Amino acid sequence: MFVMNGIASIIWRDVRQSYASGGTWLPVIFYLSAATLFPFAVGPDPQLLLQTGGGILWIAALLATLLPLDRLIQPDLENGIYDQMIVRGLSDEMIAAARLVSHWLAFGPPLLLAALLASGLMGLEGVALGTLLASLAIATPALAGLAVMIAALTAGLKGAGALGGLLLVPLAIPLLIFGAGSLSAQSSSALAFLAAISLLLVAITPFAAGAALRAVRE
Amino acid sequence: MNEGQSTGSSNRLLAEALSCARGGRILFRNLDFVLEAGQAGLLTGPNGVGKSSLLRLLAGLLHPMAGSYAGPESIALCDDRLALDEHLPLAQTLRFWAQLDGKDNADVSTAMARAGLDHLADVPVRYFSTGQRQRARLARTYLTGASLWLLDEPANGLDTDSVGQLGLALQSHLDSGGLLIAASHIPLPIAFDFTLDLQPLEELEACL
Repeated sequence: MFVMNGIASIIWRDVRQSYASGGTWLPVIFYLSAATLFPFAVGPDPQLLLQTGGGILWIAALLATLLPLDRLIQPDLENGIYDQMIVRGLSDEMIAAARLVSHWLAFGPPLLLAALLASGLMGLEGVALGTLLASLAIATPALAGLAVMIAALTAGLKGAGALGGLLLVPLAIPLLIFGAGSLSAQSSSALAFLAAISLLLVAITPFAAGAALRAVRE
Repeated sequence: MNEGQSTGSSNRLLAEALSCARGGRILFRNLDFVLEAGQAGLLTGPNGVGKSSLLRLLAGLLHPMAGSYAGPESIALCDDRLALDEHLPLAQTLRFWAQLDGKDNADVSTAMARAGLDHLADVPVRYFSTGQRQRARLARTYLTGASLWLLDEPANGLDTDSVGQLGLALQSHLDSGGLLIAASHIPLPIAFDFTLDLQPLEELEACL
């Protein structure tokens, strides 16, 4: 009971901080700018935008994942917040799991909202819009998990931002294949595969990020 | 949780043959000591000899290379890291730790008063001076209500009056049956039950 209350306060602190510091809105603004630029680049052909728009919005979501990387773990690690949590008997895995939940709360819903707005620019509607939002809703926990894992792995390194980008791209390929694939195939099996990969990434995040936090402390 | 650590609820800290290595170098070897309820230990020694590492080890943040220790479950660590949100007012950021420690707002006020910070409760921590930051760390430590306090240079940056105030807080912790270990170059105004003088291993071996 006490541990659960503690975890809830930790998550609440993180979420409040990301919304208050503007860290939440940075990916949203980036996402909307990318969606705005795309029609300028390929021309205003509605058919072309309809065919490629969903994929572009998916790539923009992956890139938006990179933006908050340096704020996820590093500041609290440097400030000794995690040390104090460990002294209070929390495990690294619990800290990482709490960070995953709080990061998703600050990242997932705003990104879905931005995707809804951006799909208007691409002319996506009806089933295509529904599939895009469903695939992003399934994938955002995994993207949040990847961000937490990479932030924990690169915490304390110089040039962590660039390294984070290099690490994210290969790990996000399965999500992109099935996520963007679900748009063209309009089949539920791609969404099911996406959900399976998403669950896997979410499940390993507390352990991978927890191990990274432990390694950086020792 | 830690290999070498068997936590008991007893108010007693027992270290047996503790050794610690950092970065491929042995810092200290075969350290034995016992700290009973109400006792205070002082750590001395030159820079880099492993005082902070010993405190982090006792806090459960590092694993001993060899040896074991057993002590109280509730521990407070006061080291050079602030562990407070700089953009938030002091009272608000202390309240976060109060929630984790199962304390309430009255305890936060008491801890701030003991550290002489009650007039700064509504000031964001980033505006604090060096000494005020140190007092904020101490307030966070007082707030825990833990039985074992591990203090790394607690008097750093404090003025004379604040060192006196620190002494009062430490003494009342000891009087209520608490334990504490402090590493300090500045004389602290409490009576220590023992002093652990760490020396670099190479020099020790040269003497033998």
